[in-house]
Amino acid sequence: MDIWNNIYKALIARDNYKLILSGLQNTLIMALAATLIGIVIGVIIAVIKYFAQDNKKLWIFDKICNIYTTVIRGTPVMVQLIILSGALLMIKETLIIAIIGFGINSGAYVAEIIRSGIFSIDKGQTEAGRSLGLTKIQTMRYIVLPQAIKNILPALGNEFIALLKETSIAGYVAVHDLTKAGELIKNNTFNSTGLYIVALIYLIMVMGMTKLLSIFERRLAKGDKR
Amino acid sequence: MISVKNLEKSFGKHKVLKGINEEIQKGEKVVIVGPSGSGKSTFLRCLNLMEIPTSGEIWFEGINLTDKKCDINKTRQKMGMVFQHFNLFPHLTVLQNITLAPVKLKLKTQEQADQEAMKLLERIGLADKAQAYPPQLSGGQKQRIAIVRSLAMNPDVMLFDEPTSALDPEMVGEVLELMKELANEGMTMIVVTHEMGFAREVATRVLFMDDGQVLEQNTPDKFFSEPKNPRLCDFLSKVL
Repeated sequence: MDIWNNIYKALIARDNYKLILSGLQNTLIMALAATLIGIVIGVIIAVIKYFAQDNKKLWIFDKICNIYTTVIRGTPVMVQLIILSGALLMIKETLIIAIIGFGINSGAYVAEIIRSGIFSIDKGQTEAGRSLGLTKIQTMRYIVLPQAIKNILPALGNEFIALLKETSIAGYVAVHDLTKAGELIKNNTFNSTGLYIVALIYLIMVMGMTKLLSIFERRLAKGDKR
Repeated sequence: MISVKNLEKSFGKHKVLKGINEEIQKGEKVVIVGPSGSGKSTFLRCLNLMEIPTSGEIWFEGINLTDKKCDINKTRQKMGMVFQHFNLFPHLTVLQNITLAPVKLKLKTQEQADQEAMKLLERIGLADKAQAYPPQLSGGQKQRIAIVRSLAMNPDVMLFDEPTSALDPEMVGEVLELMKELANEGMTMIVVTHEMGFAREVATRVLFMDDGQVLEQNTPDKFFSEPKNPRLCDFLSKVL
């Protein structure tokens, strides 16, 4: 009965389940919001890089994008987060800082995913769009991007899963996330049962999303055969 | 209608077009033939600036397309293009494929565009495919829809870049049939093709290109019966 006693202590006594629920909420908010920011940044960068290919005047933007992706992908997200929380002292809400930090980080990875998606679309699609008189931007918006995004949805899903787990370091910048909740429970119960529960919650979320993704992928594949 | 002056095009060091001069009048059906690598597709693609010419000028309806100030998108609305690989948009229905450009370019309302697209589809006997997606269609159906997609813009000239080369043999006929109808209605057409039968039957003028130049041109009768250039004789002996 030791196990049940430990679980009781980790969840019910001292209302520890509330810690877990609020932590879970913050973890989900961070992961979702950061993914959205990441997608916005990623689309912008990928499109700039695409247009910079045949418009030399955009080289400066192209350079900036390159520096951004290189630096972000070349340094640990935790270091980026700590630097950011130092730079954004005026923002009191640490959750917002974490969202911005993870969003900027994820943007660099999403940009690469989207860029590969855009380049996977046959050149003939662009040519057909342009031959009808559509501008470059219209062709991108109505013809290339919709197809590219469909192709990269699985990769974007994986990025979201990775991000969900990465948010576990948010505790370092004083965000009360799921991992932090596990730590707090460990401190007030003097054993690791709370952390096991937290690990289990992460696992269930990731397994659930993986399942969703594979259903999604199968459905998309069916759409291609039609 | 279209005049090409001293057109040259290079890809890197490789010179593909070596100075082409050509006048194409309204209502003409010009068929361009020649061995592969002769530059005929590149020539066609230069006409609507799908390829940017290295030097020379292209005039269309009194506008110099090679002038930097020219709004090429505006001009392309009047120059339909049909591709070897159809290039239908696979994520859109057949109907949306046809109406996308006219609606987004604000030439028609969605309703108008839908109506006119349905008329075009009825004409080619594919009205029942309006809500289908391109991957569900045969090659011949795709190419005919690609042709009406261009027609929906009411172009003044149609450019065909080997429209039947990617088709299974039994589907070539239906596409050529539609092109013949267009020709009979007076559409100005420039066609790059290997279909000599089509050239003989429909063309008002046949051009032979080799090595980046127009080596010979004539009415289809004389082009096939009295070729003069030795390379054309050689070419015809191989394809006929």
